[in-house]
Amino acid sequence: MSPILEMRGITKTFPGVKALQDVTMTVARGEVHAICGENGAGKSTLMKVLSGVYPHGSYDGEIVFEDQPCQFRTIRDSEERGIVIIHQELALSPYLSIAENIFLGNERSKRGVISWTETNKQAADLLARVGLDEHPDTKIIDLGVGKQQLVEIAKALSKRVKLLILDEPTAALNDEDSAHLLDLIRHLREQGITSIIISHKLNEIAAIADTTTIIRDGRSIETLDMHGAEPVSEDRIIRGMVGRDLAHRFPAHTPSIGAEILRAENWTVHHPIDRSRTVVDGAALVVRAGEIVGLAGLMGAGRTELAMSIFGHSYGSNISGQLFLHGKPVTIRSVDVAIAHGIAYATEDRKHYGLNLIEDIKRNTSAAQLSRISRFGVVDAAKEITLADQYRREMKTKAESVDVPAGKLSGGNQQKVVLSKWLFAEPDVLILDEPTRGIDVGAKYEIYEIINRLADAGKAVLVISSELPELLGVCDRIYAMSQGRITGEIARAEATQEGLMRYMTMEKKA
Amino acid sequence: MSASTTLEPPPPATEPSSKNNSGSLSAYLGQNLRQYGMMAALVVIVVLFQFTTDGKLLYPNNIAALIQQNAYVLVLAIGMVMVIVAGHIDLSVGSVVAFIGGICALLISDHNVPWLLAVVISIMIGGLVGCWQGFWIAYVGIPAFIVTLGGMLLFRGLAIVLVGTTVAGLPTSFNDISNGSLPNALGFLGDLDGLTLVIGVVAIAGLAFSQIRARRSLLRNDLRVEPFAAFVAKLAISVAVIAYITYLLAESAGGTPIVLIIVGVLVLLYTFVMNNTVFGRHIYAMGGNLPAAMLSGVKTKRVNFMIFVNMGLLAGVAAVVTTSRAGAAVAAAGQNFELDAIAAAFIGGTAVSGGIGKVTGAIIGAFIMGVLNMGLSIMNVDPAWQMAVKGLVLIVAVAFDILNKRRAK
Repeated sequence: MSPILEMRGITKTFPGVKALQDVTMTVARGEVHAICGENGAGKSTLMKVLSGVYPHGSYDGEIVFEDQPCQFRTIRDSEERGIVIIHQELALSPYLSIAENIFLGNERSKRGVISWTETNKQAADLLARVGLDEHPDTKIIDLGVGKQQLVEIAKALSKRVKLLILDEPTAALNDEDSAHLLDLIRHLREQGITSIIISHKLNEIAAIADTTTIIRDGRSIETLDMHGAEPVSEDRIIRGMVGRDLAHRFPAHTPSIGAEILRAENWTVHHPIDRSRTVVDGAALVVRAGEIVGLAGLMGAGRTELAMSIFGHSYGSNISGQLFLHGKPVTIRSVDVAIAHGIAYATEDRKHYGLNLIEDIKRNTSAAQLSRISRFGVVDAAKEITLADQYRREMKTKAESVDVPAGKLSGGNQQKVVLSKWLFAEPDVLILDEPTRGIDVGAKYEIYEIINRLADAGKAVLVISSELPELLGVCDRIYAMSQGRITGEIARAEATQEGLMRYMTMEKKA
Repeated sequence: MSASTTLEPPPPATEPSSKNNSGSLSAYLGQNLRQYGMMAALVVIVVLFQFTTDGKLLYPNNIAALIQQNAYVLVLAIGMVMVIVAGHIDLSVGSVVAFIGGICALLISDHNVPWLLAVVISIMIGGLVGCWQGFWIAYVGIPAFIVTLGGMLLFRGLAIVLVGTTVAGLPTSFNDISNGSLPNALGFLGDLDGLTLVIGVVAIAGLAFSQIRARRSLLRNDLRVEPFAAFVAKLAISVAVIAYITYLLAESAGGTPIVLIIVGVLVLLYTFVMNNTVFGRHIYAMGGNLPAAMLSGVKTKRVNFMIFVNMGLLAGVAAVVTTSRAGAAVAAAGQNFELDAIAAAFIGGTAVSGGIGKVTGAIIGAFIMGVLNMGLSIMNVDPAWQMAVKGLVLIVAVAFDILNKRRAK
């Protein structure tokens, strides 16, 4: 039987980065095909090429679907052929009902008038197929993430999907919901629907995939038959993804740890809107000069919330607890005061919370500490350019000059501008939230080197990361969080992924 | 900068030669298409009307009138650019102009307040109006569209209550603000007003000096500058334009209009505020990415408040200019002024989504509208058609901007 999909020699470049280079993959009809690779390896880009998010002509190479070459110009084109992609961030309209979402853009109507009977009846059928026991009238906002994921799949089924692409479908789900979702994918396979699943969770891939394609640094490295004579172990997949020993992914670093700089005690934060909900619960932590401290935790553990609440109460309500800087108690209720006290927080979401993408590098660099280059409220433009350029060189930001808008840079270089911005503020404490998210492997290494240099310069560095190997490779000490509490503290020498994971999944005591 | 921040001595500059510090001319023009596009459009419109009006457009007296007629838009557009760059809008300025104009006229005619003091009080009341609106917008968090829509009704109503229909009988010295010219203090050179010539020469010298100094400073610090040819061409064109306008004004009946000095000072002041002050930076930062600005320590509420206080102050100035121009306060004054100011800002390249915009751009936008008005009037085009043409120009200008941006991506 001929394969349902062939992608040959796909190459896609963004300004400054080659995201995909000569990627080839073949998907057999009716299989579950996994794509594995590190963050930034190019998996999502490849799927965007396939689904027409990046239109034909913006990449090189060819796509053959069901023996016909495809030139998709929009997502609609690919959906008409039966290719549906479900993105990591779900694309449902929160205040519309399940039924309305399922048929959004594809309404059950006669001459422009919606037939609600037909809409709800068909939606109920689709919900039964995905095993979601909810009324079609229920609003999306009233559903949990797991159920929303099922609605997305029901929506895909309504489009007569032949090839379903799931981008990190279980990243935000708990174990039970994940198991249900994997069952559903198996069930769909029996009905003849082919799936491509992108996942970081290797145990899931081992459990569900028939074939696995590994992508590394924008190239397709190998394709593994999961049912072959030799069983494919998780280690085998990791070797393909990493392509080198774990030891060389992180620069060597010998810490010289000094006096305590930041200490939080009994730090409790409530949700900004639902004030009765405790998001951070009695957390305590210490970071010393020259020390790189990690903060591990699963999604929703409260890491970002803890960091942002320390950074001038920029998250949360009803915050209690005591903060100490250099051993002295301080009260910091706004971001400008936090910056004045030498605290910096580099956000995990640099596009939405970190950078002004329409402004150039120099203005982004100086944004958090204009007082350093101004007198009586007047900015010294020449000094700004000189200093911004100095940071650009230190960070090795790849840009023609500091006049280039931040929006034109690649992810890694944008991250370097974010770091420049916070170094420009001359902090003592740097909180780096997911500093290497969405950055290619080479740039990651450079970021790690920068982090090491910061510590060597006597700064206290707190690194939040979802990638355990990264925390193990970079940090001198790691805290683990679970459900708003700090559940463990491990020194680098004793830390293992398994040990951390045990603390990260520790249930709150009743 | 303390030693602790420098991670290591920065590597030697890889592009030290000043030759490479400026990119190619075509690349430079491409990057600055938006900025020069509007200037080119203004020049094209002027040349076009120069033909269609048989050269009447650039009669010396018409140039003076152009400035006097449009002074209110120029003043309001400055404040409006700041409001729009920060991501807001102000629909109330027309009504505020009528309201404050009424107060100003009543102070002078009914309460015998010296006119100069009345002007100062009026501008301060503008600031208070700004405080009122800024409070609701910045501290209560009501969208500016709603607050200023309310303000539009509120202040129009108050203006009618105060003024009735008209308050007239204002002193000539007050009316001269918008109708008069600087005195012929230095006599004539041929038939040219001496003071106007001096002002023109000072303006040219100031422009050339500041441009050359800025370029020198960049080069001295080994930083990128625009190509030399572009620099010279830009300066030469600017000098030529100022020289020509100076010549025309010097030949006009009165010489330099007083409002030109007021507007000129405001343009210089606010260009400086937007480009070189922390306040200006914070406005751009908030308009470009509000959450990022908050997380950079920008006191967003205070900045929002100050933006509207500033808009109020400028509305006060515009009220004085308008009342003086009419020689009376009229309850119906300032109709559609907010729309003129908003249109000027958008034609001048201010981004609808905020974060981008220049004071000089809005001034060019205001002049494009003003020249259209004047040219079409000289051609005896029906006012209804004038309005329609202005509407089309607004749409085309913003479309040009958006298409240009899309192509840049």
